Amino acid sequence: MGNGSKLKVEICLGTTCFILGASELQDLAQYLEPELLDRVDIVGRTCLGFCKDRKFDGAPFVRLDERVVIERATVTRVTEKIKAMLKEKDAE
Amino acid sequence: MPSMNNAAERVRRELLIRVIRGELDGTLDQEIDRIPIVMRPSDQPASRCCVYKDRAVLKYRLMGILGFGVEDETDEAKPLREYLAEARLRREPPREVLSVAPVACYGCIESHYVITNACRACFARPCTFSCPKQAITVGPKQAEIDHSKCIDCGKCTTVCPYKAIIRVPIPCEEACPTGAIRKDESGREWINFDTCISCGKCLKACPFSAVLERSQIIEVIRAMKEGRRVVAMVAPAIIGQFPATLEQLAEGLRMAGFSDMLEVASGAELTARNEAKEFFERMERGDHLMTSSCCPAYVEAVRKLIPEMKKFVSDTPSPMGYSGRLAKEQDPECVTVFIGPCVAKRKEACSDPNVDYVMTFEELGALFAAREINLGTLEGLKLKREADPYARGFGAGCGVTAAILHEMSGGEGQTPPRIDGKLINPLDRKNMRLLKLHALGKLPGNFLEVMACEGGCVGGPCALVDAEKGGAAVRKLAHEE
Repeated sequence: MGNGSKLKVEICLGTTCFILGASELQDLAQYLEPELLDRVDIVGRTCLGFCKDRKFDGAPFVRLDERVVIERATVTRVTEKIKAMLKEKDAE
Repeated sequence: MPSMNNAAERVRRELLIRVIRGELDGTLDQEIDRIPIVMRPSDQPASRCCVYKDRAVLKYRLMGILGFGVEDETDEAKPLREYLAEARLRREPPREVLSVAPVACYGCIESHYVITNACRACFARPCTFSCPKQAITVGPKQAEIDHSKCIDCGKCTTVCPYKAIIRVPIPCEEACPTGAIRKDESGREWINFDTCISCGKCLKACPFSAVLERSQIIEVIRAMKEGRRVVAMVAPAIIGQFPATLEQLAEGLRMAGFSDMLEVASGAELTARNEAKEFFERMERGDHLMTSSCCPAYVEAVRKLIPEMKKFVSDTPSPMGYSGRLAKEQDPECVTVFIGPCVAKRKEACSDPNVDYVMTFEELGALFAAREINLGTLEGLKLKREADPYARGFGAGCGVTAAILHEMSGGEGQTPPRIDGKLINPLDRKNMRLLKLHALGKLPGNFLEVMACEGGCVGGPCALVDAEKGGAAVRKLAHEE
């Protein structure tokens, strides 16, 4: 995780996540400040697989840096987590 | 900040997914009475005053999903599985569309004007002088309004030097264009069906999820299980509702149990063509006005509240009407299901023998989720027929007028009459008054496109994405050649 690399933000756009809120998460880029926007790489995925075995309670799912999973993601919660993770990254 | 995402919607969709899953698996009888308990376990925080109230509201919402209204309850101890059994035997979909659950209705506020704690109990107390009913008294800490005397005139708000008096809206009443939703003696809301146009704005607006719609999902699943040929007639507004192309939707619908997908836009082509002809004829015979008739909430509004407009409403069937006809002509044994963002369509379907059931986009989304169908991963089925782009534009505001203009410009030798089109959107109290004036010939314009929902059908109460995004997607497809 070098300093030059962007933080990967994967938004699950599978149908289940979509109807339980990911339709709003699609616009995440619009709600981020320009400085934050430059440091993230937002990608939509057709299914991250977290709803498998019929567990949709946690939908919609967002995964940061390919390791941190946010359940019941909202634009606010994802933004806060992004800020927190970037701070950690900078502190290294 | 996004406005659509809230707990009320999430609960609605989660309930639908659980019910559909249970019914498809054949386990719903055993599960349904436990759904409120599973969704609100006693060791987790409650959303309302306590977990038991949460469960009570969930029970009423489940009744709505089974097609019942709160008015149908005669025995509070009757378990949901008994309602389910009745729903499975139901031959005709319910006649009314909306219902209010008194237990969920917070009874919001008693009157609109509230003195906040910004009040300084000032010496001048102009509020007490301005009130025509002497409803305001000033205590040592702050002033108070006696709600039994208050007539909601709002004069006190304008005179307070601290701007401490505010007008608090009652969300469902603000949203209702006809004043059909009102408080009863106990302060809880109820719907007067003599003036309700079934537009569903109250459903979308209520922050306590107290308004429910009666679903027909049990009937649709039954038809699929019986092996009937079930045709999905998808509204033009479907573009942009799901993260998928029409081709992927077609395949997803097939996987979900529908035999075929028919774009209601195909019916819309006929509506545009025939409505253009009708406009020509009406202008020839001297009418000063013609209005569209594809919005069922508007049609109800005219029928119940604006009788002077009745003679100007187009007689041309709606896109749903033509689509139902097309589907039944191709296969008289098929079951037709209209799928759209609309609840008022259930009213229109009641009197249209070619449309068997009406589902919403929310219910369709829940069906896909219940069957774990991920549209984005599908190859897609080639569409048998692509609908005319103009017809696909019906889902967003001005789509109807644009389609008619398009039809008229390609006309025969005669010069078409000049169209002076006006868009009446959304249907709210102000526009209801404007419509009356149009009917009486007091306002300019000879063609009115009336859409009850803000932004057009894409702004309907059961859409999955907000009207702006949905509208942009519809317009994009409508302008592709």
